[in-house]
Amino acid sequence: MYEKNRYADGKWKTDRGEINLIGKMKSVKKSVKSSRVYIGDLIYEKMTLIFAIIVFMMVILMGYEMYINSKMSIDKFGWNFLTETTWDPVEEIYGALPSIYGTLVSSFLALLMVVPLSLAVAIYLAESAPGWLEKPLSFMVELLAGVPSIVYGLWGIFVLVPWLREEVEPFLNEHFGFLPFFDGPMYGFGMLAAAIILSIMVLPIITSISRDIMKSVPSIQKEAALALGATKWEAIKIVLKNSKSGILGAIMLGLGRAIGETMAVTMVIGNRPIISESLFDPGYTMASIIANEFTEATTELYLSALIELALILFVITIIINIAARLLVWSLEKQWKRN
Amino acid sequence: MEAELKNYKRRLKYRKAINLIVNSLTFIAALIAILPLLLIFYYTVSKGISRLNLEFFIEMPKPVGESGGGMANAIVGTLILVGIGGVIGLPVGIMSGIYLAEFGNNKFGQLLRFLTDVLSGVPSIVIGVVAYTIVVIPMEQFSALAGGVALAILMIPTITRTTEEMIKLVPHSYREAGLGLGIPKWKTSLFIVLRTAWKGIATGVLLGLSRAAGETAPLLFTALGNRFWSTNVFEPIASLTVYIYDYARAPFEDWNAQAWTAALVLIILISLLSLTFKIITRSKYKTN
Repeated sequence: MYEKNRYADGKWKTDRGEINLIGKMKSVKKSVKSSRVYIGDLIYEKMTLIFAIIVFMMVILMGYEMYINSKMSIDKFGWNFLTETTWDPVEEIYGALPSIYGTLVSSFLALLMVVPLSLAVAIYLAESAPGWLEKPLSFMVELLAGVPSIVYGLWGIFVLVPWLREEVEPFLNEHFGFLPFFDGPMYGFGMLAAAIILSIMVLPIITSISRDIMKSVPSIQKEAALALGATKWEAIKIVLKNSKSGILGAIMLGLGRAIGETMAVTMVIGNRPIISESLFDPGYTMASIIANEFTEATTELYLSALIELALILFVITIIINIAARLLVWSLEKQWKRN
Repeated sequence: MEAELKNYKRRLKYRKAINLIVNSLTFIAALIAILPLLLIFYYTVSKGISRLNLEFFIEMPKPVGESGGGMANAIVGTLILVGIGGVIGLPVGIMSGIYLAEFGNNKFGQLLRFLTDVLSGVPSIVIGVVAYTIVVIPMEQFSALAGGVALAILMIPTITRTTEEMIKLVPHSYREAGLGLGIPKWKTSLFIVLRTAWKGIATGVLLGLSRAAGETAPLLFTALGNRFWSTNVFEPIASLTVYIYDYARAPFEDWNAQAWTAALVLIILISLLSLTFKIITRSKYKTN
């Protein structure tokens, strides 16, 4: 009886008097709550948030600035800018088609040459290479990615181009000259040189991403196949099947790099805004037009046409990158679900 | 029975042969892949080494016709440009990386992660054009500052994502220990988590800096280039990469040779940066 009454009103009677239990609990709760929201935490979060917003705004600003500064050319040429085949600064006629053509042809040609090679390297690194060889090989492939593009260009001008002019192009012309691709005067500088340089430059990207993807494919199926007596190659085929969309993503990232590559291409492609089916002929890419002519742009329209090219390049690479990331991401999600 | 076994054995032989062929092909592919690297290094070293002496580092470029001379202004210029890029890019990159790691589990964080990934795929020449429109046009002058801004935009995505990933690598127990002691979240993050992750973050920073040092395209019409000694950030400034570009296309053999030496110096500079990178990461794995 006594015990029950002792706490009934929330008061604890002791020798030294009464302690108000409920009041005490309330005050403890209050102090715990207030100690959990530090003003410093708030400042910390908001400070970092500001910088995050800066990065966010930066990307938006990039598109906006290029749009505003190319408005003159956009208004004047409209969609014709994309289909006009003349690029003539003297007559003030600007059409992007030759450079879009050059960009796409050089990039796809590069992919055609390098995709089988880099997938083979990726398979070797991910599946068959012995440990002592895999590390140095991977390191060298990464090193290839770290060489600045200007050094590729320098090497292209003084080593690759003379070699193409004196050995490769005469050979191709002699044996495959009936094809329109290998016909015409042989300068060395031209679409073929650009495609070769690009293929060297995108090799490390495609190789290292596809290697990582192959390595992270869950290995249960592969092990099961091996246990049933499959050969190594048959097991690798299963890995390839499971990493298809990731490899496609890697190839697209390589494409994005090839399309935007500037210096090395500018130095070997010959820089002439023409559309020619011969791979020996010089061409132009969007990036190399900008690099070559930006400082020479004397009129406002000229400058705004060049900035519009940059805007097109920006939009194309963003679309390619988004597609590639989505492919890689969807694959990773799929693995997580399994 | 006998025939089946024979048939099976023949197929096995065939499958093994295919396996062998494919494996050797992939090995050959790996050899082909490293061939360009060896060629490029071979040519850069063999063509560049003859002029690699003290003169190259401390003297100014000589006018056409005079042999010799160095690229002191370009070496200093490259360092200044990378420095400006770092001063602008580091705080933005690191802080936004911290945001993504600590508070980024929301829609905005997801979007930002995506945008930084996309930004890292934007061609450097486009970034040069953007730097031109936001710095050169308002200032009405090519300047080292504009070049630095371009390099900063280039290195931000790398630094942001490395910072985020390195912070996320820190074991959760470290953070819990800090919070369990009643240390506020911001102090835990700054003095415990970041202190553990700083080596990884430093590698990201070095990676960003070394990439920026090798960039040419965004400098062509921002920093422009300068044949004279200049350390003024509001004026055009020389850089190694733009020098290589100009000298490689010039019709003078002497200049072409200088371009090779400049390329060699550039590669050495970048290798030094990434060597530091390797050493830092190695010691990090040892302590863990």
